[in-house]
Amino acid sequence: MQKNRVSSLLFFILPGCILFGIFTIYPLIKTFILSFYEWGVRNENNIFVGLGNYIRVFSDSTFRISIVNVFFYALVSVPGQMIIGLLLAYILNQKIKGGKLFRVFYFLPVITSWVVASLIFKYIFGNYGLVNYILNDLLRLIRININWLNERWSALAVLQLLGIWKGIGWAMVIFLAALQKVPLQLYEAAKIDGCNHFKSFFLITIPLIKENILFVLVMLSIGAFNVFTSVYLITGGGPFNQTEMPLTLMYKNAFRYLDFGFASALSYILAIIISIITIFQFKFFERSDGVE
Amino acid sequence: MIIRKVNKLILYFILIFLGLLTLTPFAYMVSSSLKSGATLFEYPPEFLPANPTINNYVRVWTGENFQVYFLNSITVSVLATVITALLSSMLAFGLSRYRFRGQKMLFAVIMATMIIPGMTLIIPQYDLVQNIGLLNSLWGLIIVYSAWTIPFTTFLLKGFFDSIPQEMDEAVYIDGGTEYTLYWKIMLPLSLPALGAASIFNFLTAWEEFPWALTVITEPMKRTLPIAIANFQGQYVTEWGLVFAACLIAILPVIIVFISFQNLFISGITTGAIKG
Repeated sequence: MQKNRVSSLLFFILPGCILFGIFTIYPLIKTFILSFYEWGVRNENNIFVGLGNYIRVFSDSTFRISIVNVFFYALVSVPGQMIIGLLLAYILNQKIKGGKLFRVFYFLPVITSWVVASLIFKYIFGNYGLVNYILNDLLRLIRININWLNERWSALAVLQLLGIWKGIGWAMVIFLAALQKVPLQLYEAAKIDGCNHFKSFFLITIPLIKENILFVLVMLSIGAFNVFTSVYLITGGGPFNQTEMPLTLMYKNAFRYLDFGFASALSYILAIIISIITIFQFKFFERSDGVE
Repeated sequence: MIIRKVNKLILYFILIFLGLLTLTPFAYMVSSSLKSGATLFEYPPEFLPANPTINNYVRVWTGENFQVYFLNSITVSVLATVITALLSSMLAFGLSRYRFRGQKMLFAVIMATMIIPGMTLIIPQYDLVQNIGLLNSLWGLIIVYSAWTIPFTTFLLKGFFDSIPQEMDEAVYIDGGTEYTLYWKIMLPLSLPALGAASIFNFLTAWEEFPWALTVITEPMKRTLPIAIANFQGQYVTEWGLVFAACLIAILPVIIVFISFQNLFISGITTGAIKG
């Protein structure tokens, strides 16, 4: 009996564990080891360089640009998605007519692949694209067409807009599900106590869905720091590496320059940054929990 | 009463305004895909093509191996989804119905990898796939997509299995059933809604994945849709109508699945995020 139980356990967990072990755990360890070696496809002999790759990464000027870029990207796109997503969820939670249809509309960008979404944005933000046409010819807000994708900050703004556009629906759906769990009696009680919509939103709704806010914040931050496809397809990191992000830089070093050691060190630095931010976000929320 | 009406009006205004902003890029893609190549150079751009044509769709669908890419994408996504569903449900069953040494550790490790960005592992994964001869093979995509999606699916299903009372197990064992009966005849069928929700999500992940496919596939006939489309854009720099027709064909299946399984879709996203 006991023996059967062991063999059936192995039957259930081994296949998944093997696949997971080979393709996730092993690469995780291998990346770490690689990051201490000078390791190229061409030179067969791997040379241990200690922290050499890390030092090279930190002294690389493009790496520093990419870190500034990704923080700027996250600081705008994450709150953008969360605030608009929460606003929409709040409105759709008011049992509004046609709410379901709106939900579908806002969700369309979420199910649109990054490749397709990136190409759309590349096109409408082109020199003679739709956006310039609307701003210049239609609304007369600008005199000359803006060269959106050929200048660092405007190109980053386009990437941020794309990130927000694509992620609002996801945040909205999660917030909506969270809001639907808030008992309506609480709002009625608050109303009797003289709370208006605004007050009850900040005093009742926000504290009650705090856990969900944290979840969305963490997931969106991880997503933002991993931005890749949109940058790769829209700017390619250009002009002159000005819009490079950590992952596009990593990819270029790995698969164009075959500098695997540098790329692995960069990967680990990024993973560590993301872990620190995630832990910080958890701690921050825990602390604000204690204050109440 | 008037204030309430005004409030509602403001809410509708916000909904419609943001809705228009959201839909415009989309609508513009559809309209551009219906223009013939030449009109795309026009400035000012037309919102509604004066002479709409489905020419771009015909050209995309009939030329350039597009049907091969489409089939590749379907093969990869379906197989990856099925493998993940099977392996994750088994793993989740093992984690939920057995007690063994290192169990907590195993579960914690699986969970922890969920926050590690998939792309940071791309170098050793590439090396691995190259060594076992799966470069330029659809299996190189399938296996890795499965490995990526197993943690979340396992997490979701373990939660679901845990909520099924132990009495169910005892009833099966009293009837002479084994663990395999319990898994296959009881737990798996019961978990179908949760598994379906996760599977839709996993399918979408595989369907739209770009960086890994870009790295592993260099042979044109093995391309999946995302790399085929990105490549298309590089090749026909000016023929955006063609590119967008290809884009729309690629996302049409997803939109159909989304609209027909909307609730399952949404629950796939919100379970795990919303407790109880």
